[in-house]
Amino acid sequence: MSNEQSLDKERRNALVATGVVGGVGALCTAWPFVNTFAPSERAKAAGGPVEVDISAIKEGEMIVAEWQGKPVWILKRSPEMMSALKQSVDMLVDPDSKRMPEPNWTPAYCQNEFRAREDHKDVFVCVGICTHLGCSPQGPFGVGANPALLNDEGFVCPCHGSVFDLAGRVWKNKPAPDNLRVPPYKFTTPTKLLIGDDGTKGA
Amino acid sequence: MAAGKKQPVIVEGLGPLDKPASGLLTWVDARFPLMENWRAHMSEYYAPKNFNFWYFFGSLAMLVLVIQIVTGIFLVMHYKPDADKAFQSVEYIMREVPWGWLIRYMHSTGASMFFVVVYLHMFRGLLYGSYRKPRELVWIFGVMIFLCLMAEAFFGYLLPWGQMSYWGAQVIVNLFGAIPVIGPDLSIWIRGDYVVSDATLNRFFSFHVIAIPLVLLGLVAAHILALHEVGSNNPDGVEIKDKKDANGIPLDGIAFHPYYTLGHDLFAAVVFLMIFSAIVFFAPEMGGYFLEANNFIAADSLKTPPHIAPVWYFTPYYSILRATTSNIMWILALAVAGYAVLIVTGVKNMLVRGATVIIAAIAIIGMFTLDAKVWGVVFMGVSTMIFFILPWLDQSPVKSIRYRPAMHKYFYGIFVICFFILGYLGTQPPSPTGQIVSQVCMFLYFGFFLGMPWWSRMGQFKPVPDRVTM
Repeated sequence: MSNEQSLDKERRNALVATGVVGGVGALCTAWPFVNTFAPSERAKAAGGPVEVDISAIKEGEMIVAEWQGKPVWILKRSPEMMSALKQSVDMLVDPDSKRMPEPNWTPAYCQNEFRAREDHKDVFVCVGICTHLGCSPQGPFGVGANPALLNDEGFVCPCHGSVFDLAGRVWKNKPAPDNLRVPPYKFTTPTKLLIGDDGTKGA
Repeated sequence: MAAGKKQPVIVEGLGPLDKPASGLLTWVDARFPLMENWRAHMSEYYAPKNFNFWYFFGSLAMLVLVIQIVTGIFLVMHYKPDADKAFQSVEYIMREVPWGWLIRYMHSTGASMFFVVVYLHMFRGLLYGSYRKPRELVWIFGVMIFLCLMAEAFFGYLLPWGQMSYWGAQVIVNLFGAIPVIGPDLSIWIRGDYVVSDATLNRFFSFHVIAIPLVLLGLVAAHILALHEVGSNNPDGVEIKDKKDANGIPLDGIAFHPYYTLGHDLFAAVVFLMIFSAIVFFAPEMGGYFLEANNFIAADSLKTPPHIAPVWYFTPYYSILRATTSNIMWILALAVAGYAVLIVTGVKNMLVRGATVIIAAIAIIGMFTLDAKVWGVVFMGVSTMIFFILPWLDQSPVKSIRYRPAMHKYFYGIFVICFFILGYLGTQPPSPTGQIVSQVCMFLYFGFFLGMPWWSRMGQFKPVPDRVTM
């Protein structure tokens, strides 16, 4: 025990050193515990591509497929629906789908006003998860079917009232900041879709 | 208790048991401070004699905590935390486990009643200035209990694995996804998967049955120890410790046991349990407010229910989340700027002034660069945590509402009305009118707290008596 006048520097340094080593040890021990929270290898492996047959979908109809546990909408748009997409562009936050909340949010081959592949512009594929807080929006609603859509057609999220057009583009002044995600996809035959794989690397 | 002098232990009122009991007690007391603690916290803890209706809710919160722990232990014996079995196991408890329905309804009713009791308990603190010096830590531990309780309720709500469980968890976990840069990875880390899944259910189960309850119990102990260190406030907001008799006992104090335990809290417990039982037996769903209709449908990851809303106790904050939209960001930025000017002109400390300017500048820039969604999450968080700084926001020269100007009562009234309106709108589907009303209420909600350093000093205060009034 050192008295008040003469502080035992050696002892204090030893205390500080012990504290630092102990702290580093505690942090290292915490690391595996914190990491058990990350997705397991099984969860990571479960996200493979999914094939969907779209031959039975009629014009104006939509089916829901499951990919990585998420709902994926496949909507076959009629010519009237397609022409309506061009009219309300000034209502939209990001009509050209330039924003990328995550890389490849709208794949390059879908960065057009229809947000679809050029060879099948009428087939709209998107992840049906609202970009606000992850509810699954409802729709598609026709003109006058949902008051939130005023005189347009599109999708409405029931939870917080975000509105999307039939290309999944979000309206201005709504809680959701971004357009709905378009997953990587490709056509293996004219009536078969592969969701989760577009033939490019890393998709 | 501070009394360090060892005295022979005398247990009064035990009648013929006096001798063996005191013999055993002497033996125990020589080894463990049993009677010392009994006296410090029960028989010689002097509480003001003028407690009223509002002072029921602390002990009732303890009662509900016990109900939740006991019913919870029994539910875990039959429940299966597995995404494929969870929903069925809850139905199994409801239909096949003998008396399982009663235990489960007690637990689900207990969750809502916990919040009823805690909100009333907190409002009592607001009415009588119970958080003012020297009781700031009592209040801070209390707010931490409140936040823990919200976490506990949120984790528990996923366990039945119904539609509302699933999509409620989806929405709340995605709140963390709004944080810039780390958000998306953080929400995956919380879920343990790319969507709410079995991994999420298992970890929420672990949090609900062990992690949070342990923290909660520790905080409850800290809350009571802090209270017993400084002594209870009372409806007059006067310090009873300022006037003591020759034995050092507050003149206006009465022993917590038996006067409050038997005369006050036992009565409250009986009335409370009558109401509690009436709900459990006659209205366990409470018209969809305690148990939501959509939660009787098993979780479906592909389909959100047509209307999703949190349970009633979260809805005021949820309304604030929804009310923050991009078209009012400029009003919020103006409000932040105005508030910063108010602080800078009102406070002399240069450090506070500098910090205010920097924080306000960052917030205002953020309001025009970050998404409104991020700010919705921020304001929702702030609306629950603003209670922490209440002891310093309130600058009123008197503690109790009884001696405050009428104007203060109107402000309290407006706050309560806003809280109810926000709560109601949070249960409703979004609508344009609802959005504007909730935006107005949001401004009033924050205005009540943030304006308090100014308005709590204004008006004509009544003289505070020396002793408590009955």
